[in-house]
Amino acid sequence: MAEAGLLRSRLALAWLVLGEWRWHPGRFAATAVAIAVGVALGFAVHLVNGSALASFEQAVTGVNGVADLQVRARTPLGFDERRYPRIATAPGVTDASPVISLSARVGSGRFTLLGLDVIRAAAVTPSLIGTRPTGPDARSDAVFADDALFLSRAALTATRTRVGDRLPVTANGRTVSLRVAGTLPGAAAGQALGTIDIAAAQWRFGRLGRIDRLDLKLADRSAAERALPALIGADATIVSDDSQARQGDALSRAYRVNLDMLALVALLTGGFLVFSAQTLSVTRRLRAFALVRTLGLPRSGIVAAVALEGIIIGLVGATLGLIAGYAMASAALRLFGGDLGGGYFGGGTARVVFQPVAAATFFALGLAAALLGSILPARAAARAAPAAALKNAGDVLDPRAPVPWRPALVLLLAGGGTALLPAVGGLPVFGFVSMALLLAGGVAGVPWLVRWLLWPWREREIASVPRLLAIRHVQGAPGQAAIALCGIVASTALMIAMATMVTSFRGAVDSWLGQVLSADLYLRAESGDLDPATQRRIAAIPGIGRVAFSRQLPLTVAPDRPPVTLIARPVRGDAGYPLLVLLDRAAVPAGATPVWVSEPAARLYGWSPGRTLRLPIGGRPARFFVAGVWRDYARQQGALVIRDGDYVRLTDDRGRDEAAITLPPHADIATVRRAAAAVLPAGVSIAEPAALRRFALQLFDRSFKITYVLEAVAILVGLAGVAATMSAQTIARSKEFGMLRHLGLTRGQVTAMLASEGALLGLIGAVAGVALGALLGQVLIHVVNPQSFNWTMTTLWPVGTIAGVTAALTGAAALTAMLAGRRATAGDAVAAVREDW
Amino acid sequence: MRALLALAAAAGLAAPAPYPVVRPGIRLSFPADHGAHPAFRTEWWYVTGWLKGEDGRDIGFQITFFRVNPHAAGDNPSRFAARQVIFAHAALSDSRVGHILHAERAARAGFGLAGAATGDADVRLNGWTFRRLADGRFASRVGGRDFALDLTFRPTQPPLPQGQDGYSRKGPKPEQASYYYSMPHLAVTGAVVRAGRTERLRGEAWLDREWSSDYLASDAAGWDWTGLNLDDGGALMAFRIRRKGGGILWAGGSYRRADGRTTRLSPADVAFSPTATWRSARTGARYPVAQMLRIRLPGGIRAFPLRPVFPDQEVDARAAGQPVYWEGAVRTDGGRGYLELTGYTTPLTM
Repeated sequence: MAEAGLLRSRLALAWLVLGEWRWHPGRFAATAVAIAVGVALGFAVHLVNGSALASFEQAVTGVNGVADLQVRARTPLGFDERRYPRIATAPGVTDASPVISLSARVGSGRFTLLGLDVIRAAAVTPSLIGTRPTGPDARSDAVFADDALFLSRAALTATRTRVGDRLPVTANGRTVSLRVAGTLPGAAAGQALGTIDIAAAQWRFGRLGRIDRLDLKLADRSAAERALPALIGADATIVSDDSQARQGDALSRAYRVNLDMLALVALLTGGFLVFSAQTLSVTRRLRAFALVRTLGLPRSGIVAAVALEGIIIGLVGATLGLIAGYAMASAALRLFGGDLGGGYFGGGTARVVFQPVAAATFFALGLAAALLGSILPARAAARAAPAAALKNAGDVLDPRAPVPWRPALVLLLAGGGTALLPAVGGLPVFGFVSMALLLAGGVAGVPWLVRWLLWPWREREIASVPRLLAIRHVQGAPGQAAIALCGIVASTALMIAMATMVTSFRGAVDSWLGQVLSADLYLRAESGDLDPATQRRIAAIPGIGRVAFSRQLPLTVAPDRPPVTLIARPVRGDAGYPLLVLLDRAAVPAGATPVWVSEPAARLYGWSPGRTLRLPIGGRPARFFVAGVWRDYARQQGALVIRDGDYVRLTDDRGRDEAAITLPPHADIATVRRAAAAVLPAGVSIAEPAALRRFALQLFDRSFKITYVLEAVAILVGLAGVAATMSAQTIARSKEFGMLRHLGLTRGQVTAMLASEGALLGLIGAVAGVALGALLGQVLIHVVNPQSFNWTMTTLWPVGTIAGVTAALTGAAALTAMLAGRRATAGDAVAAVREDW
Repeated sequence: MRALLALAAAAGLAAPAPYPVVRPGIRLSFPADHGAHPAFRTEWWYVTGWLKGEDGRDIGFQITFFRVNPHAAGDNPSRFAARQVIFAHAALSDSRVGHILHAERAARAGFGLAGAATGDADVRLNGWTFRRLADGRFASRVGGRDFALDLTFRPTQPPLPQGQDGYSRKGPKPEQASYYYSMPHLAVTGAVVRAGRTERLRGEAWLDREWSSDYLASDAAGWDWTGLNLDDGGALMAFRIRRKGGGILWAGGSYRRADGRTTRLSPADVAFSPTATWRSARTGARYPVAQMLRIRLPGGIRAFPLRPVFPDQEVDARAAGQPVYWEGAVRTDGGRGYLELTGYTTPLTM
């Protein structure tokens, strides 16, 4: 008999669940969509990042051929070619292919120009070889000809040329007429690459005596790795595929992880939405569940049924999410490029690479969010006593009972404490954990906050009946309010946190640019150098006050890290004034060579003021004294400033690539600019600070474009959550509205009551969200940002965004509550009260 | 093999080449002519021979160094300027393997890594060497993935100038010629290393030295060449240059008896006729790997049947961007030597 009862009760439950789905398909669809949006965002961002990294690695391999190991110059000045025979005959080395690497352009088309010994390259890096001879007749005379240029398909496209054309190629400040003798069939698709003979490259492009890298073919890797360090000298470094990949990874890892996190936030918000939707749906069906409980179904049966709903929502949502995510990734790659506008990967176009593991992970995360969002309310519902629940569909909490605040406080404190922990492997892992804890704590604290905010109105007489009822309802049912609010609070908080971080960052960059760009005109050699003669001509331009020339070179300090920028320029006294914004400094002892390191460099390499460090500049490691740390938002991989005198002493390199011109007071910039343009060689650009600043901020906005998009999506998901929650709650209360109509309230008054209620909830949600967001923003600014990008900033509040979000939330909540209320009160009041089954 | 030269030699076509022209009337002088003649376009040091393994089996070997002046450097002051390019081939024909084992190297001269010295034989290329020792012996060290050879060659006879005292014509025009001498009956000692195992060897070899600026006529397709060490101490060299589309463009050779009396062979004195062909599955080329060589001597026509130790002695160096040819150890009645067949896949240009 008991068996049959259980069976019947299960049948009844199935009926109920199916009925719910049949009558409210939109509600389930909405929750599935919330999960889908979260999964889609996460998967898309991850796919785009993965594809970008893959294409970056492909690009690296493309330029490098497939050498077993490389000896590479630390700076673009190259290293002495006489090291080539010693390295080529080192133990374990089978063959060595010397390479000159230049960045070249033809008109506006740019490509990497490699000078190769075609015979050596054929043995070591065959993919870099032009049209390959297969028989005696096929061996063309172009092999050693000093004007024969082989271009990859992408380079042919970039320079708009065809095989057989003659074109002026500019590199290292020289323009040489070369003939396109053939193509590079081995070059990766999208790789703009050109090769010429190494002797021609050295001679025609002013690199006699220097080589930029040696591609090695190895017989015995460990023997080679033991022997090479002693042979390569201080201005070269050993690079393997591994360290290349690590370099590419290090370049953008923090950026990618941050975007991934942002995408997970969307999923988390989706989870909250499922939670609130399922809670309401469970609450509304409490009587139904109570009924099947009385028919003999155990508690676990109800949990299982709701969990099943969650699974179905999760499956549908996650599947849709994966499909949408893949589509979004393809679209984003086309629109923004592989780094989503971050500017990390130059050259090469990324193609979406499907990642099964990532797909499975995001699918599982989506499913888990839906499942958790369903099980939590189901367990609460299952605990309700069936007898009480049969009569009452309202708040399961007793409004008189004090609201617990301790769990929220503990979570918040734990979050605060976690934020103080250091980065793990260059990633702000604990920063994100802290944000998660703070978010959970904030959401847990919402019921208490509702009570606390409404406490002053508890005893007060309010003239307007609808408003009084609204306040009493929110006050009396804090559990329901909290459920409605948790999605809103979570999405608002994350949105405000992101907005605060971006605003602060942009403000910091803007004011920093103002301080740094203090000269009146800037000259920059786009290709090659300003040689000493050009420098003299520039200094002699009539009407200029002062001119400071500088040299900027990438300098590889550690093989598995992207190079830092070495800047050599005049520095007066021992301070970087006026162009450096010093954060910290140390007095330079007599006789020491000072170096000023940028904030990212100081954090990445641990260079604090007062320390002495050795830098591989000019063939031998030279000792430098860290004289100060300066603020720099331009070079995430770090930068160093040394005095130009020291630079010349170490390298004897007198070429410069930038000049900052200061004019005397009241001088006319336009006149000087015209005079400068007249003496400058081709390929030198002139810019005024305003233009540079505008350009820098454009770059900034472009790199945060995807952030803005994700933020907008978070706002939309949040608002959708408000709408769904409010309408669901309102519809569930139609019996109450009928009662109120019987007590004499007009329909207008009921609607006004609901609008007030909605606005109140929206406002509370916004206030809580903004407060929590401010807190999360501080974690982003002071923990996540320094730990991932190695720069610090001061907080600027996005007042406009905060006000806008608050208004939008309040308005949206009031509006949806009203709209839903109209529908709920449209029916016959008598029927609504009688509604009983 | 000489076809290799085609590779780099063609590179020189672009320059209006003031290469020295090969003319009759020179006098070879040693050791200077063992060394390089860098002004000429192409030059080679070419050793072929037969070795006896520890178990008594016959092993054929070939060691070749080529020097090419591609005239590509111009006045480029760079140390990388391609003033000379060095190529080298080494091959081993062991009937126990059944096909030829070969290795090849190439590099532009310079940086002490590759180059051919003047004054005496001293050619090096990425660790491969061919040089003349103080005691008059030649020594060579070469090696690849499959084998390494370390051999010394002791001359037992004076050099044999080919053609008119070393001026050897290759075509109808007098400038289509090379300076050419051979050193037959070199006594070889040394070792081969294979799969980590060293085997002591002795045997007999043939050195060909040739330099030229204009080797092949434009209507030549390739050549058949043989150099035979005869058991009686005699030495026979014969070649023919095949015309594109069929026919013979030029032929020549020399026959030196043990007592030193030498007969120079003119085009009409040399006839090659195939007796068996072998088709390479790799390249599709069909080689006349067995031939009947007839030469006209003062005492009448003598026939030398050339029989390969095994048919597959094709050197396919296309993987290294170099050409395909057949270079095989052959037996004849009363002698042993090498047969070289070029231009059977595509015509050569030199």
